[in-house]
Amino acid sequence: MEPSELKRSKDSPNLDESTRRSSFPDEVLERVLSLLKSHRDRSSVSLVCKDWYNAERWSRTHVFIGNCYSVSPEIVARRFPKIRSVTLKGKPRFSDFNLVPENWGADIHAWLVVFAAKYPFLEELRLKRMAISDESLEFLAVSFPNFKALSLLSCDGFSTNGLAAIATHCKNLTELDIQENGIDDKGGSWLSCFPESFTSLEVLNFANLSSDINFDALERLVGRCKSMRVLKLNRSVSLEQLQRLLVNAPQLAELGTGSFSEELTFRQCVELESALSNCKNMYTLSGLWDAKGIYLPALYPVCTHLTFLNLSYAALRSDELAKLLAHCPRLKRLWVLDTVEDKGLEAVGMNCPLLEELRVFPADLFDEEIIHGVTEAGFVAVSFGCPRLHYVLYFCCQMTNAAVATIVQNCPDFTHFRLCIMNPGQPDHITNEPMDEAFGAVVKTCTKLQRLSVSGRLTDLTFEYIGRYAKNLETLSVAFAGSSDWGMQCVMGGCSKLRKLEIRDCPFGNAALLSGLEKYESMRSLWMSACNVTMNGCRLLAREMPRLNVEVMKEDGSDDSQADKVYVYRSIAGPRRDAPPSVLTL
Amino acid sequence: MENDLNLKATELRLGLPGSDEPERQMIPRPNKRTLSDIVSEGSRSTTEEDHQDTAPPAKVQIVGWPPVRSYRKNCLQGKKHEVEGGTGMYVKVSVDGAPYLRKIDLKVYRSYPQLLLALENMFKLTIGAYSEREGYNGSDYAPTYEDRDGDWMLVGDVPWEMFISSCKRLRIMKGSEARGLGCV
Repeated sequence: MEPSELKRSKDSPNLDESTRRSSFPDEVLERVLSLLKSHRDRSSVSLVCKDWYNAERWSRTHVFIGNCYSVSPEIVARRFPKIRSVTLKGKPRFSDFNLVPENWGADIHAWLVVFAAKYPFLEELRLKRMAISDESLEFLAVSFPNFKALSLLSCDGFSTNGLAAIATHCKNLTELDIQENGIDDKGGSWLSCFPESFTSLEVLNFANLSSDINFDALERLVGRCKSMRVLKLNRSVSLEQLQRLLVNAPQLAELGTGSFSEELTFRQCVELESALSNCKNMYTLSGLWDAKGIYLPALYPVCTHLTFLNLSYAALRSDELAKLLAHCPRLKRLWVLDTVEDKGLEAVGMNCPLLEELRVFPADLFDEEIIHGVTEAGFVAVSFGCPRLHYVLYFCCQMTNAAVATIVQNCPDFTHFRLCIMNPGQPDHITNEPMDEAFGAVVKTCTKLQRLSVSGRLTDLTFEYIGRYAKNLETLSVAFAGSSDWGMQCVMGGCSKLRKLEIRDCPFGNAALLSGLEKYESMRSLWMSACNVTMNGCRLLAREMPRLNVEVMKEDGSDDSQADKVYVYRSIAGPRRDAPPSVLTL
Repeated sequence: MENDLNLKATELRLGLPGSDEPERQMIPRPNKRTLSDIVSEGSRSTTEEDHQDTAPPAKVQIVGWPPVRSYRKNCLQGKKHEVEGGTGMYVKVSVDGAPYLRKIDLKVYRSYPQLLLALENMFKLTIGAYSEREGYNGSDYAPTYEDRDGDWMLVGDVPWEMFISSCKRLRIMKGSEARGLGCV
């Protein structure tokens, strides 16, 4: 949420008095504004004049809060009286990679208490990187009689008991989406808590959980929820059970299979293929845990209309992927493991001309034997076959400047370019030079670039390029890169639309930190860890910019003057009061 | 900018005015490696193992790197065996006193009782029941396994899935050495 201030309409000397007085009645204005969905448009609207600010706040039903500490629940409730749907994001993104201390914060409970009082008709809650306890889930379940949709992504602090409370009490639930959370899985009995009279579920995603659920309860649940369009199963659901579910739910649009590996008889294979071929609306497929190549042909009937295929939990070989992709001509989004290797990616280039998004995840993170995975060749092959590619996340073991130059020449429309060369500080493996020219090519060619993650050996030149050319850049992630403060200064000075900057293990110090003094209030947040910033530098920043929260996390055994981890963000709620002892607010 | 703010003059420090700290660059912190350390370690291993030709530089484990969510990392831990072994996860099994070793496919079994029964059948011996307190006390044999750290562990202590993903080979110990484990 942008901390917007109340602004009066500007007095224009040319504007007639009578023209200004003939404004829309409030009801009309509110009705018109209620059609605006984008929260950025709404923020712009609220800045026009006092009338529009009020009309906007009364008509807003969904609020998006990108940093839960940038504002307090009381302030939100005061400004927006009619909210029915809330999206909240909490911890800094590097908490996904264990860089944020335990008990850092971002607890949802204080928000729920205010919502229960001010928004009793709340329907939707979508949380990302928040801490949520079972008590909070129980409180949520009983406090909001109209509650419909709960989505938890990368959250932690709860167990399946909390889910049981949701299933038991939320009579109008349409969506339960549990993704990639640190959940304490105490067993699958939560699923049996949905009452027999309950039929409203449209989205059910429990792929995250490992325990066995009661399959009979699931089968009955799916059978009576006729509007179900998204079903993502966990690993405990077998192929045979999957077939039984599909027979009763041919209307599914998104399917996450369970385990795709146990032995099937010929008859069972045929039945599975038949059940899948009846799913005429299916456009997303995921799951495929432990997928064995021999059963993939059962998916062919569905593949023809698939637009999103998530194979990131199926360790397929290149030939298995190639055979599957030959049936997927309409694919727009593809996620795979690097077990498919460059040859598998060649098949992507050959079979998926409509591809817009590719994510290649590493299968083996602690391999001590021969390195497999993908190289620059795979990425180049995809770029030749998929000119519409605009989103890529690519974990590879080697890259060259020349390859990246070719890639962006083939695909100039990148909006998200996230390249991770897995060995930190690794240069171009053919020329042994830094990877500066690669990212230079990206920012020069891809004028629409919004998000960039850099890797490999990089000097300040990379950041000069970024500052000079990446004028639409909003999110930048940097690790093990740069030569001096100058690098970060270039970025802070040049990237006018920058909103999120996260940096780790780079030689940027106080001068770099302070070069962004005037910039941080227009950004959501800055993260710097294992850099050269000192406590004094942070104190100076905090002193100069009172509307920023400057938080430092110290590590055991480090120098007193070093600021090990720094998190800076704008806030209209002031310094937070729930910080654990390891987090110092300056 | 630095000159305008005159950072040095306003910097709060412990120390007499006039005493100066040297300008800091990349200082190696305790328990942390600098980038140059990591890169040189990598290249050092390569020269040592040059004669082995195909051995890559030893990978240093850095916190939070590569940037993959913990959830995904945990899911994929067990995958390694599946990719390498293809359709099976064969491990060597040795029995004290036997002239040669055998191999079994761990993926065929879903639980400890199934595995132990198979071992009993294969080697014509009795292992008996596992208890947390006594191990396989009362039996002449104790099934042990070597885990990824190279330690020899008693079969049955950890959840099955964890055992499967960490077991590298099995050894069925015999006699007094085996009975001794029950008293540990």
